[in-house]
Amino acid sequence: MKVLLFLLTGLLTFNACSSPEKEVGASVTIRFSHNWDNTPVTSADFNTIKFTNENGEMLSIERLRYLISNVILTNAKNEIYELSSYQLVNLGEGEIMLESNEVPEGDYKLSFVFGFTDTENTTGNYPDLNAASFNVPGMLGGGYHFMQLDGKYVDQNLATTGFNYHVIRAVNIEDPNNLIFQDTSIKVYLGVINIMATTEVEIKMNIAEWFKNPNTWDLNTLNTILMPNFDAQILMHQNGKSVFSLGVLQ
Amino acid sequence: MKNSCIFLLGIFLLMECTSKEAIEYTPVPFTLEIPTLLANKLIAPVIPANNPLTEEGVALGKKLFFDKKLSGNNSQSCATCHSPEKSFTNNRQFSEGIQGVLGTRNSMPLFNLAWNFDERFAWDGKELGLEKQALEPVKNQAEMHANWETVAEKLKASPEYPDLFLQAFGDSEIDSVLITKALAQFERTLISGNSKFDKYLNGETILTPQEIMGFNIFMDEAKGDCFHCHGSDNNPLWTDNKFHNNGLDSNFSDLGLGSVTGDTNDNGKFKSPSLRNLKFTAPYMHDGRFATLEAVIQHYSEGLQPSATIDPLMKKVSQGGVGLSLQEKASLKAFLLSLSDPDFINNPAFRE
Repeated sequence: MKVLLFLLTGLLTFNACSSPEKEVGASVTIRFSHNWDNTPVTSADFNTIKFTNENGEMLSIERLRYLISNVILTNAKNEIYELSSYQLVNLGEGEIMLESNEVPEGDYKLSFVFGFTDTENTTGNYPDLNAASFNVPGMLGGGYHFMQLDGKYVDQNLATTGFNYHVIRAVNIEDPNNLIFQDTSIKVYLGVINIMATTEVEIKMNIAEWFKNPNTWDLNTLNTILMPNFDAQILMHQNGKSVFSLGVLQ
Repeated sequence: MKNSCIFLLGIFLLMECTSKEAIEYTPVPFTLEIPTLLANKLIAPVIPANNPLTEEGVALGKKLFFDKKLSGNNSQSCATCHSPEKSFTNNRQFSEGIQGVLGTRNSMPLFNLAWNFDERFAWDGKELGLEKQALEPVKNQAEMHANWETVAEKLKASPEYPDLFLQAFGDSEIDSVLITKALAQFERTLISGNSKFDKYLNGETILTPQEIMGFNIFMDEAKGDCFHCHGSDNNPLWTDNKFHNNGLDSNFSDLGLGSVTGDTNDNGKFKSPSLRNLKFTAPYMHDGRFATLEAVIQHYSEGLQPSATIDPLMKKVSQGGVGLSLQEKASLKAFLLSLSDPDFINNPAFRE
């Protein structure tokens, strides 16, 4: 009996020192890339007025952070594999990748939500997003930013001035005691992908799309204080639908 | 015989997981008392795996923090420029070193440092980690102007310190690494989370109408728009711990973050300081140029200076700023003062 006890102690101690992780399923990596009409954009491109939007304004990017949620793979049997419940992507702070070893090989539909749906957009409930100061003020209904795109543009007087293209849930604040909301999160479907033993998926954001399709964005009129602007949020929502696409599959 | 072998095997395996020093002396883990608001709203504080908080380490760090032996002529301690009653800063624009030399930056207050997730410390972010930060002022000629080897020798010669280091780190050898580890442990315990506004959020008190109006200005993108950089009711750090050019100058005599990264796009950027405890921390800004909160608010309202690196979050730069009314300025000030935490500056655990 004593012998067994010692053996057990030994085994437990050994286990405490090394805990091998089990790998189940394929190795899936989701990588985010950014471009301006097919020209790659990284943080190295920040701070220089080098982009021209559809309306002809020249602009720079100084900050680009956005939130995606409910990143899932769905197979033909409607079985869902969640890769991430939510993720803040910050282009200024290096590459963000989502990884999973739990998805069996096969064909899947890849989808995610840009921002949070109303159900998930609950005020103050995501400590990492709070720490990142990604909150939306209570006077606008709370919750979180969906995107913060800040930069400078050359205005119609040829002066360089700031813009804050901030996407949130649209809110009508005409009556502060009766805020009217519209869920402006965007469900993004990226089509069917084949997951093999090791698969890397690229999700591409074309930043230029935020300024052109279907609404040509005029930074001279819509540049700052867009969070409380219900109509501007609807325009952003419409433009956001064509921003994401599936990139290289490896 | 068989039993003996198995016993020895068990002991051997146990030794694989524990160090020799830990068996000889095991410091008692220190439990951080995190205010409910910070615990609920934020992710866990950053405690490096190679410097866990212990009762002995924190106590040693506190003793060192107030000990003038850390300076070249035994005339200054960390607390000389980081005084508890001033929320761990002082009220001078620039601090004076042991030889009367003035620094070029305002002494930063110290609290809630373990929630600086990027671990870039100092106004320009040049110090990566609290332990590394603590190395600098001791040897800085404009500050404590000491030599780390000499400081270690002074502590070794003291009747108390060798035992205290042994208890804290299992090692009576004293050097800059262990000294800064102890200092960092103490600094991570400096938690402020009991201001009037904290109590308001906890449902323990109410704000005045003026304070509420000030909070609304703070959170209004069309008014103060302070929340993008300085936290909110959901980010009780009251800072984003990032670096911004907030429009102080058009030409920079101090490059700030730019002097650290070498990137001209970072010129004129300095860390957003927390807005907690402003009641105790005047003067303000990286160079202490504003003696009062009124002057700070005036800057954002009407004093913004354009430059290539001014943050796009600075609104209406061509008009000098957001243009708050007198009433709005007074309300904003009242709200900002509600973020001050007298319990923090009076906490005996943080006093000498």
